[in-house]
Amino acid sequence: MPRINSCAELEQIRSHLLDVRDSHKPCISVCTGSGCLALGAANVVTALRAELTVQGLEDQVEIKETGCPGFCERGPLLVIYPEEICYLRVQPDDAREIITDTILGKKVIDRLLYVDSETNEKVIHEAEIPFYKNQLRLLIGNNIKIDPNSIDDYLAVGGYSALAKVLAEKSPERVVDLVKSSGLRGRGGGGFPSGLKWELTRNSPDKVKYVVVNADEGDPGAFMDRALLEGNPHSVLEGLLIGAYAIGAQEGYLYVREEYPLAVKNVTKAIRQAEEYGFLGQNILGSGFDFTVQVHQGAGAFVCGEETALIMSLEGHVGEPKSRPPYPAVKGLRGKPTNINNVETWANIPLIVNQGAEAFSAIGTEGSKGTKIFSLVGKVNNTGLVEVPMGITLRDIVYKIGGGLPGNKKFKAVQTGGPAGGCMPEELLDMAVDFDQLTKAGSMMGSGGMIVLDEDTCMVDFARYFLNFLADESCGKCVPCREGVKQMLKILTNITQGKGKHGDIELLEGLAEVAGSAALCTLGKGAPNPALSTLRHFRAEYEAHISEGRCPALSCKKLIAFHIDPDKCKACGACAKKCAPQAIEGGKKLIHVIDQEKCTKCGSCLDVCPKAFGAVRKLSGEPVPSAIPAESRNLG
Amino acid sequence: MSEVLLQIDGKQVAAEEGMTILAAASSIGIAIPTLCLHEKLEPYGGCRVCSVEVESRGRSSVVAACLYPVEKDLVVTTRTDKLDRIRKSLLEMMLAHAPDSPELQKLAQEYGANKDQFEKEASFCIHCGLCVRYCSEVKKANALGFVNRGSKKEISFIPEIAVKECWDCKECFELCPTSALQAAYVLIEALTSPPEPSTPSCVGKCSR
Repeated sequence: MPRINSCAELEQIRSHLLDVRDSHKPCISVCTGSGCLALGAANVVTALRAELTVQGLEDQVEIKETGCPGFCERGPLLVIYPEEICYLRVQPDDAREIITDTILGKKVIDRLLYVDSETNEKVIHEAEIPFYKNQLRLLIGNNIKIDPNSIDDYLAVGGYSALAKVLAEKSPERVVDLVKSSGLRGRGGGGFPSGLKWELTRNSPDKVKYVVVNADEGDPGAFMDRALLEGNPHSVLEGLLIGAYAIGAQEGYLYVREEYPLAVKNVTKAIRQAEEYGFLGQNILGSGFDFTVQVHQGAGAFVCGEETALIMSLEGHVGEPKSRPPYPAVKGLRGKPTNINNVETWANIPLIVNQGAEAFSAIGTEGSKGTKIFSLVGKVNNTGLVEVPMGITLRDIVYKIGGGLPGNKKFKAVQTGGPAGGCMPEELLDMAVDFDQLTKAGSMMGSGGMIVLDEDTCMVDFARYFLNFLADESCGKCVPCREGVKQMLKILTNITQGKGKHGDIELLEGLAEVAGSAALCTLGKGAPNPALSTLRHFRAEYEAHISEGRCPALSCKKLIAFHIDPDKCKACGACAKKCAPQAIEGGKKLIHVIDQEKCTKCGSCLDVCPKAFGAVRKLSGEPVPSAIPAESRNLG
Repeated sequence: MSEVLLQIDGKQVAAEEGMTILAAASSIGIAIPTLCLHEKLEPYGGCRVCSVEVESRGRSSVVAACLYPVEKDLVVTTRTDKLDRIRKSLLEMMLAHAPDSPELQKLAQEYGANKDQFEKEASFCIHCGLCVRYCSEVKKANALGFVNRGSKKEISFIPEIAVKECWDCKECFELCPTSALQAAYVLIEALTSPPEPSTPSCVGKCSR
């Protein structure tokens, strides 16, 4: 491919690409994002290709390996074009039928379709599946249409037209103004207005400036940035290029966490292709603008997502945060003004240029514009990535998109904002999701983690989990975080183990004030949030643990016991058979009894006891009834 | 350098641009406690006992006085109930490591910190980093550094460098507000002592 030297040449190449592409040619787009790959998507691709070879159809049907469209719960998944038939949970054995029946016979395979849980109706097209229908997928919508390793695929969907537009028509100042007026706020967690950040960096007097993509996504269970980098790396590069032009930077870095090998591979390839095409390098599209970008892999520290720690790591030092001010916009990488934005923030830029600031800011709420990608996980039927307009309610996300909770369990809370975020109880389900509302509710937007919790989740234990994560990820530089978070974790651990004392809650609140206000960086400052927000909305659960030795969610192992009700046991033996530590005494026609000393509280007895008997009970905060005497156990 | 006017504890202060709050406060005789600061070293911001409250453009926050640069019209308060609570708690956390440190005890008395508030920890180190930074910034020797992170973080000598650099220096010893450094050094001293030349069994087998 020869280098593209002007915007006119780019448009010629694009129209040539579209001319030679046959939009009627069948194409099977298989998601090969990390999620579907883990579920065996590579084998599905191999089976489909083999089947095409067997049937001699290699030239007539295209197989496209794409990025993640979001519905990870039902992977491996694929979409067949041009009809847009969506098949879920596809296995290699389905390949023959897909080729023979759907591609050749134009027949839909019912068993691979989505079934609406309410109406029991089967849904054929991707766009009609409720999970997708209620989203607004401006950023991840193209993922299933693009092979991330093909720059031509990106060009075919209009890729790099925003860059061309900016270079041909707009001064750097006007681009900054455009981003400012779009109302875009940073998607990495802070929610700082992106245009303002760009302007601060642009106006810093130093001639040398840097732009950085922060892809150190580390919140447990969150993978928004991974999906964008793996699935549509050019959209991030295009945003970065536009930002570099606006800010006046000639060098950029992509800081990707080490745990994202596929993202590194795809984005590295995308950079090579962009260099070949002349979107990176000298005199880009004949504009006189020069820009190069390098990929830098992190070394496994969560704190490196904090921008000063990221800079330290990029410079080759230990990834520990530094005090601000000076802010990176003034003094960042190698002492030069540096603009760091999150992956999703950069990916929004081409969209804003193409659609205009007005169209972009028409989506969302007053203080939060555009869409936001959330990683919807936990106790919810449709787990995966969801992209929604700012201002949507939590209820719509959890129920309309997420399909509610599995197993008829009662909703308890939804946690947003990552480890330093907070929990919102049922009363807040109708709250509009945006930066300011979430902060007001004691949580935060963060980078987009969203964990649904049901009635079986103990909120004290949930807070303990995140404090444990943060204590482990603290860099250890400042006392309030290194020692304070550790002390909070000790107290929470004690409470979940039945060793809570009166005064613990007050001590937790005191420690939270210390870390929350005196810690050096946002990791330490945000670390008390899991405890504070659960205390705010679920204080009674803490009190029950401490005062009554009771875990209301029946979850904390040290505070629960399993008991077989002698009046209900039918001596079926199912529990005894399943009990690994052999803690259940029983026998033919004998009422079964759990030996509390031996019981490890795994709960398998409760799981296997037939619903009709319902003899096994979980107890907390009440004495376990003494075992029925051996002579009374005979059921006769 | 231009001059910046700000307010510390109700007093107007003229400070040079780029100066820290701590230096500006000190220039008018207001003392702010510190544990990880040393005149020969770059400020670090680790111990946070120098935390002060600042109000700037209508926003109030707690910042480390040793690092935060003076700003025009900044309103600084160096002693409030909240700051006292923070300092007390930070001291209690550090006292769990080094209950006998005279420096900590002195501050503990001032802020009413209870050395038994938290369970005692095995390590005496409070991670002020004075030894590590002194060796790096002043001596340029880098004979010791931090290893691991978070609550597992500890100081450690690098034997290969320590064996060459430390015998005649030991200047970091007196910087240490606890006794951790000496302990670590003694350990390394033992580790790096030349072995007795009595076991020649591997000579020639493992020559590198």
